[in-house]
Amino acid sequence: GPLSERPLLEVRLGELHTWMSTCDFSPQGLLGAVQKAWNSYYAKYINVRRGGPTGISMLLAGYCLLSYSWNYQHFKRHRWRKYH
Amino acid sequence: APAALRALPPPPVAVGVLHATRQLHTTQHSLAPLPPLPEKGGEVRHGLIPEEFFQFLYPKTGVTGPYMLGTGLVLYLLSKEIYVINHETVAAACILAVIIYGIKRFGPDVAAFADKLNEEKMAKALAVKNSAIEGFQKAIEEEKKEQWRVEGRSYLFDAKRNNVAMLLEANYRERLMMVYNEVKKRLDYQVALQTLKRQKEQDYMIQWVEKNVVQSITPQQQKESIAKCILDLKALSKGAHASV
Repeated sequence: GPLSERPLLEVRLGELHTWMSTCDFSPQGLLGAVQKAWNSYYAKYINVRRGGPTGISMLLAGYCLLSYSWNYQHFKRHRWRKYH
Repeated sequence: APAALRALPPPPVAVGVLHATRQLHTTQHSLAPLPPLPEKGGEVRHGLIPEEFFQFLYPKTGVTGPYMLGTGLVLYLLSKEIYVINHETVAAACILAVIIYGIKRFGPDVAAFADKLNEEKMAKALAVKNSAIEGFQKAIEEEKKEQWRVEGRSYLFDAKRNNVAMLLEANYRERLMMVYNEVKKRLDYQVALQTLKRQKEQDYMIQWVEKNVVQSITPQQQKESIAKCILDLKALSKGAHASV
């Protein structure tokens, strides 16, 4: 299909440039993109008949990674060695 | 299919996470029956990494590719101390162990319980749907019966028409009888009147004739007639004497 309507995972690396140009970077556009992303995740991993721990465990793991990256400067001070 | 699911209206972000409900019937698709939920979610390996990642790396690196990538990444993060080991690491390890043990031990029971709840909901909805269908079928049968009954309308109206005609006829004859009686009474009256008059005239005339006759008998005539009668009697007695 046309470039602007393909989901991000199906965009090839060479076309990423043009894909970014078709993006809508206004607040509504960003919000819409976030909502679409959440909906596809929700529909695929959470809103199923026989789900399991997978749905939220991935969310929690992502949250752990994010919070570690936000506090990276603080962790840097507690390194065991100075030179790596 | 995910494409069909993506075409559906999006749920609000604030909706709860596990087995949450969607907002139904809010768009122009609301009149069509919704597609059923998928049985299982997307495949995930070790509970964290989607299967698509392994499939993505399979053509180039085979089965062990992602694992090698994972090991290399972990070693790199540890050796460069991009991931720092501190007390939180120990805590995270303990928590993870407990969580994994809990899931492995209680997972199937919780899943069975949730499935039972779902089954009950579905059974209730199905029961409602079936009873509604039965009710409608019964209504259809009764409607057909009513339509059949309507065909007998003509007989009903014929009977009613007959009744009305009979009432009218009876009424007409009653009135005819009444008219006849009334007329007869009046005629009888006239006839009785005439008879009475005739009778009275007759009586009166007889009386008048008698009165006049009695008046016309003068005393002299009376005497003459008495003497004649005596003479006759004598003659008669003589004749009787002779015969005896």
